[in-house]
Amino acid sequence: MDKLTILVIEDEPTLQKTLQEILTQEGFIVLSASDGELGLELALKHKPDLILLDLILPKKDGFEVLKELKADEITREIPIVILTNLEGSIDVQRALELGATTYLVKANYELEDVIEKVKGAIKK
Amino acid sequence: MKKILAQLNFIKGCRAYGVELWQCPSFLFIIIGVIIIGSMLLTYFIAQFFIELEEIIIGLVTIETIVLLIVDFSIVRSFEVLALTSKMKSEFVSIVSHQLKTPLSSVKWSLNLLLNGRLGVLSRKQIEYLEGVKQSTDKTIELVSDLLSVSRIEEGKIKIKQQPLRLEELVAKEIKEMRTFIKAQNVQIDFKSIEKLPQVQTDHQLIRTVIQNLLNNAVQYIGNKKGLIKIELRKKNNAFLLFSVQDNGVGIPKHQQNRVFQKFFRADNVLRYKTVGTGLGLFISKAIIESCGGKIWFKSKEDVGTTFYFTLPIK
Repeated sequence: MDKLTILVIEDEPTLQKTLQEILTQEGFIVLSASDGELGLELALKHKPDLILLDLILPKKDGFEVLKELKADEITREIPIVILTNLEGSIDVQRALELGATTYLVKANYELEDVIEKVKGAIKK
Repeated sequence: MKKILAQLNFIKGCRAYGVELWQCPSFLFIIIGVIIIGSMLLTYFIAQFFIELEEIIIGLVTIETIVLLIVDFSIVRSFEVLALTSKMKSEFVSIVSHQLKTPLSSVKWSLNLLLNGRLGVLSRKQIEYLEGVKQSTDKTIELVSDLLSVSRIEEGKIKIKQQPLRLEELVAKEIKEMRTFIKAQNVQIDFKSIEKLPQVQTDHQLIRTVIQNLLNNAVQYIGNKKGLIKIELRKKNNAFLLFSVQDNGVGIPKHQQNRVFQKFFRADNVLRYKTVGTGLGLFISKAIIESCGGKIWFKSKEDVGTTFYFTLPIK
């Protein structure tokens, strides 16, 4: 079976690096983007199997990215895991309504648990 | 009586607000009172001399009314200033907490990678130190989360989800999750449901926070003896579920019992400097339980122990 591809859209360099490291170790091909615009571009070009999306991002915020991903025929079906530190119930609700698969608050999860959730979301 | 006198001491009250005297509502109210009484007497005496000249009396009353309006206006303004200050403080906490969480998650995840051996093998000593860093990071994250909850409570942003919940299952799960901590503190926990209990409609995550806080306090404040904690669940008047957690710990000094649910309060008992805590847990718990339509209270005696209770409506 071919390796699955995951796109990480995250602007904090250390977080991006840790995600890249662990996902690569887990056998995924990892693409990274540090802002919303680049994230969208990579998503359209490579059509990844899953997208990890931060909400507070330069150029285009995560909500906009999510909206555009869900509006586009090519990217509509890709599961999207929100990975953020925003934890207001309004934000959670908005992201889920826009079509996010899972919503994770970074500070509340160990890295290994994030990976479990990612694997779960890909299987769905 | 003491309380009434303390309230009358407006200068102290104004200092606590951190505003100037002329901006302080309690001071301005006293000024209003003095003006009203003074102007009534003044009008009475002047009116005696000018009983025939209505214009003068009308003029006097008008001037007094204008003065009162000006004072009223500054009272309203000063209330607005106070409200704004409090709102800014809440927003400040919220923004700072959120900004803190990103670098903290970054530290946490990097430590995860290091400690799980994913970046190569570490020596025992290196692991030991990194475990220490991990614990401190987790504590800091917890504190930041607590501060965020408090600011959310104060902004009135706390939202209750209505989900069916079997409270006895949640309690059992929490006890299980805390078993390492419980064992380390030499504490035995007895948990029983007195009868078959109905489901409640409430917010899992929030009620979980309350139970964690209460259990954590019970275990933490046992002291040097063999701890025994009794947790019970029962129905109350068929309208509520009643949760209670009783410990045989150090207890809360009587003179401080009225402050237990205040923000940042930590009891001045023998364990104050031997335990860690922010003094936010019970403040948050009270806000949660009350938002869910229940009540929370406690009984405590120094050296004998403390029992905390809360109720949740069955619906």
